[in-house]
Amino acid sequence: MTLTSYIFGIASALLILVVVVEMLRRHLLRERHAIWWFIAGVLALTAGVFPQTLEWASDVIGIEVPLNLVFFVSITILFFVCLQASAELTRLEARTRTLAERVALIEMELESQRERSTDDAD
Amino acid sequence: MPVSPDSSRILIVMPAFNEQASVAAVVREVREKVPDASILVVDDGSKDATSREARKAGALVATLPFNLGVGGAMRVGFRHALTHGFEAVVQVDSDGQHDPAGVPALLRELESADLVLGARFAGEGDYRVRGPRQWAMKLLAIVLSRTSRAKLTDTTSGFRASGPRAIRLFAEHYPAEYLGDTIEALVIASRSGLIVRQVPVAMRVRAGGVPSHNPFKAAAYLGRATLALLVAFMRPRSTYGVAVER
Repeated sequence: MTLTSYIFGIASALLILVVVVEMLRRHLLRERHAIWWFIAGVLALTAGVFPQTLEWASDVIGIEVPLNLVFFVSITILFFVCLQASAELTRLEARTRTLAERVALIEMELESQRERSTDDAD
Repeated sequence: MPVSPDSSRILIVMPAFNEQASVAAVVREVREKVPDASILVVDDGSKDATSREARKAGALVATLPFNLGVGGAMRVGFRHALTHGFEAVVQVDSDGQHDPAGVPALLRELESADLVLGARFAGEGDYRVRGPRQWAMKLLAIVLSRTSRAKLTDTTSGFRASGPRAIRLFAEHYPAEYLGDTIEALVIASRSGLIVRQVPVAMRVRAGGVPSHNPFKAAAYLGRATLALLVAFMRPRSTYGVAVER
């Protein structure tokens, strides 16, 4: 590993963390959604600063090429992020549906109230 | 709590999506054949004048801001029935394929049941399907008959009446998914201990459009129906833990 690639790895990991933290700060990301990205950033930084940890970890699990561990962990994290996003979408859809139903009923109620009051005025 | 067929505590719910051509006529026909019932048209986000036509015909109209599908429209109806103390909800399609003359028959059966389906193949009328669509309907009929401990032949019929216990359950849990409003609703009702029945009704040809006979679409229908059925059974029982008991 050259010095450049070492620095490149650390810089990429730091970039992830900076973006995640900044988005959290500005309310562009909620904590429970940020957590997976944050974990990904921390792992990337650890592996970037201490490449030995990566070799050690792949040795423990029995993966011959440490890089494959990186791919495996990345895909796993992306998978969970996607799944969480789908679940969130489902929840939001259920909520908009309920809201739409309530709005329709409230509008109808309002209309009949209004008619009643104009009838009274006559 | 028995529901007498001539009670005025009956709500006819008509889900309508772009039905400006037929909705007014159906509303008038329902008023003529079931004079005591209140009529609620739920405009399911129509782009045309469905709401206006229904209102002109004298129905109460709830307009959804966007299309939710029959399930969403029906839940509006059930919720309205629950808040205003209606004792029966009868779903009637606003395209005119359900003959309102069948409503009293549904209500009569509702005296001893919680959910009554108007079945299209049980003798009356001349409604036929073939191929994968027919297999799907057969499969659904067998499985759902077993679940509900009643002989059901036409489980996807939208022409159905719900009693007070069913109203309470459906106001909270009516499924919104495609096919959920017919298939899953039956599973929910049966698993919650409601009594499901079926009565034969005559069905008319739809005013606009014909049922598709495209074999691919029919096969897709079979697949989706099976999936809807599987998912309905996989749901945890606690999902429907509402106050169905009285």
